[in-house]
Parts: sequence; C-alpha cells; structure tokens
Amino acid sequence: MPPAALSVHLSIGQAYAWSVFKPPLESALGLSGTQSALPFQLGIVMLGLSAAFGGTLVERNGPRWAMTVALVCFSSGFLLSALGAATEQYWLIVLGYGFVGGIGLGIGYISPVSTLIKWFPDRPGMATGIAIMGFGGGALIASPWSAQMLESFGSDSSGIALAFLVHGLSYCVFMLLGVMLVRVPRTEKPVEGAPAALQGPQVSANNAIRTPQFWCLWVVLCMNVTAGIGILEKAAPMITDFFADTSAPVSATAAAGFVALLSAANMAGRIGWSSTSDLIGRKNMYRVYLGVGASMYGLLALFGDSSKTLFVLSALVILSFYGGGFATVPAYLKDLFGTYQVGAIHGRLLTAWSLAGVLGPLIVNWIADRQEEAGRHGSSLYGLSFVIMIGLLVVGFIANELVRPVHPRHHIPAPINQEAVDVQRQQPESA
Amino acid sequence: MSSDSSQSQPDRRGLIALAWLWVGAPLAYGLYELVQKATQLFTG
Repeated sequence: MPPAALSVHLSIGQAYAWSVFKPPLESALGLSGTQSALPFQLGIVMLGLSAAFGGTLVERNGPRWAMTVALVCFSSGFLLSALGAATEQYWLIVLGYGFVGGIGLGIGYISPVSTLIKWFPDRPGMATGIAIMGFGGGALIASPWSAQMLESFGSDSSGIALAFLVHGLSYCVFMLLGVMLVRVPRTEKPVEGAPAALQGPQVSANNAIRTPQFWCLWVVLCMNVTAGIGILEKAAPMITDFFADTSAPVSATAAAGFVALLSAANMAGRIGWSSTSDLIGRKNMYRVYLGVGASMYGLLALFGDSSKTLFVLSALVILSFYGGGFATVPAYLKDLFGTYQVGAIHGRLLTAWSLAGVLGPLIVNWIADRQEEAGRHGSSLYGLSFVIMIGLLVVGFIANELVRPVHPRHHIPAPINQEAVDVQRQQPESA
Repeated sequence: MSSDSSQSQPDRRGLIALAWLWVGAPLAYGLYELVQKATQLFTG
C-alpha cells in the first residue's frame, strides 16, 4: 500500500514545480507573470474544492476509484495543456492544468489517506506521513526533470506542448501502479493488530463539521500552514535581504541552495514528525509545531541577522513543522472522528490550506513592500511579518489546547457503525 | 490483500520490491538533484 500511495502523491506533487513552466510560457505566449501563475492558482483552488466536496465520494467508492479519477484528471489535464500550447490557446492550459488537473490533485491527495490508516491502525502518523511526504517529493523530481525536458525540446510553444504531452503520458503510467496495487484491508483478518471492527468513536463527515473539534483543527492547520508558507514563498529574497548589509552577503546561488534545503526539511518533517506523533500523541506534536515554531520565529525576529547558521537552522525547523503539520493531521482526525469517513473529513479540512495559501504570502509580501516604501531594508523588511506569524501560531496553539474528545451525540449509532464495518468487508473485492 | 495473505506473502516479495523500486528510483533522482542544489548554500 505505501508504494501505491507514493505513486499518486509523487505525481501530483508536481504541482509545486509549476514555476519551471512559467518563464517559457511567458516568452512563448506573451504572458505576464500573473497570467502564467493562473494554472497553478486555479489548480490549488480546485485541490481544496475537490478534496472538500469529493471526499464523501472517495469514501463511498474506495481508493481504487479515487486513484483512477486522479490519474485520469491529472494526466488529461496535461494532455489538454499540450493541445493548448500547440495551438497557442492559453485558456486551454488554464482549463486543462488548473481546472481538470486540479480535480486530480484534490482527489489524488485524499485518495490513500483513510486506506493507509486502516492498513496501519497502530501507526497512522507514520502511514500518512509516507504518502504526504510524497507530495513534497513530487516537486523535487518534477523540477529538474521538467527543466531538462524543456532544455531538450525547446522553450517555444511546440517544445512546451511536447513537454506537457510527455508529462501527461508519464504520469499516467506512473500512477497506474497505485491504481493496480491499492487494496483495502479485510477487517475479518486484521493486519498488524488492526481491530476486527470499527473501534472507538466513529463520526460521519457531515457530523464532524458540526463539532468544535473540527473547527479547532481547521484553525490549527490554517495557522501552521500560514506560518510555513510565509517563509517558503519568499525564502530566497528573505535570506538575501537578511544578510545584505553584513560582511558575508548571500549570493543568488547560495539562496537557491537555501530554498532546496527548505524543501528537504519540509519533506523530512512530513515523515519524521508524523511518525513521532505515533509515540508522543497528536496533541503534544501540535504543541511542538505551534509552540516551538513560535519560538523559532522569535529567534529569527530577534537574532536572525546576527548569525547565518541560526537563521538557516530556525527556518529549517519551521519548514519541518510545516510539513509535519500536513502529514500529522489525518491521524489527528482519525483519533477524534474514527476511521469511518476520515478521508472525507480530511478533504473538508484541507480548505484551511486554501486560505493559508493566500494568507501566508499576502502577509509577508504586503508588509515587505510597505516597509520598503518606508525606506527600510535588510532584515527590518520582515520583522513585523515574523511578529504576526508568532501571533498566528499562538492562536493555533490555543485552538489545539481547546481540542477535546468528540461528544457522543455526534457519534454514528451502533447499527450504522456495524453497517460501515460490513461495507468495509465488501470493499477488498471491489477495490 | 486477500484473506490468505500470510500464505501468499513470499510470492509477493518480488512485486513489493518492484513497487518500491518504481517509486524509489525517481525519488532518489529528485533527492540527488536536491543535495546538489543544497550544497550551493555552503559553496555558492
């Protein structure tokens, strides 16, 4: 099951490498930077929407269905984009990569989550950490691969079209492994000590969003992601600005190395911290993400420009918490709401990501621009942003403290609970 | 996974190895490229 999940997440993680296509598209089709970002932005919006609204369908139809939908949408998004590039119809690229491909992102992202939790009921953090680490890893693969392809095929519209075509076909073949291998465990003969029936509280997706626990976790995720994106989105100019006035300024090449290191921390945090949450508990893990994360931002604000090592280490810790927050949340949901519709609940929670994706960059960029207009430079461009990030993390910390076990009135009644077990027993044949 | 998974497990080893290789190889390529870039922070 983990390779099946990884094959999907490593593919859809390509979304974070969209920037490779931006400069060639801008020169080939005469687009502005804002226009060339449209397919990615629409893709992320569609990710949130399809995960939120498609989650129940994923639970009902099983992971193989979901992975097939993800494969078809993600690959055909590239094929439509290839047609768009070949005919120089940019709207087709926006529709293909952004809209159709974005549905593939959302359904693909949640497709293995509940199945992984069912396979590894005693280590759900590690299980979902592996898959969600793949989403981080997808960009690591796609970024150099796409760049090399554009170098070989050329950066004109026909070269871009060919690159899109190869991407679509390659991802189709690569994701096929996930579709073929994915299996839902039989509940009669559990794997690695899995319970014979759904144990503990089970809450449906519709009931979950009526609980304060869901919204507390929504705030927790939103704040944690906002704080991470704040650094991730502006990492290269940030480290350059911080040390611009020192005796050891950071070159553009070194700044690119810093960005790469942050990607590694993001990915390592997904598997490392999420697995740690199996040992210390989900609530404690988020106390670390939010509490220590706020302290790291404090260190950056107070002493960040005095030591490059301190700056890099603090940023790495923050980014590892950013990745860890994504990977740990499905297990947290499972602890609170059970495995019954955890994939659908996770899908709805991902709307927090959509807001954070706008909020984080907006805070850092807007404040940096205003500070620059006021004649400031260097590290003082970011001081206020860091203070705001500390505030947001404290809000997230408080929300995490407010999480309590779900009230029994939200649990599904026992007969339905049994029905859910029966449905799960039938799924291995159909999945 | 069928209900007699414990009996068929040895037959699946090859498939499991192939599946891990399928996802591991591109990931290793991505990590290699990442390490090359990341070292620029200390050398660039």
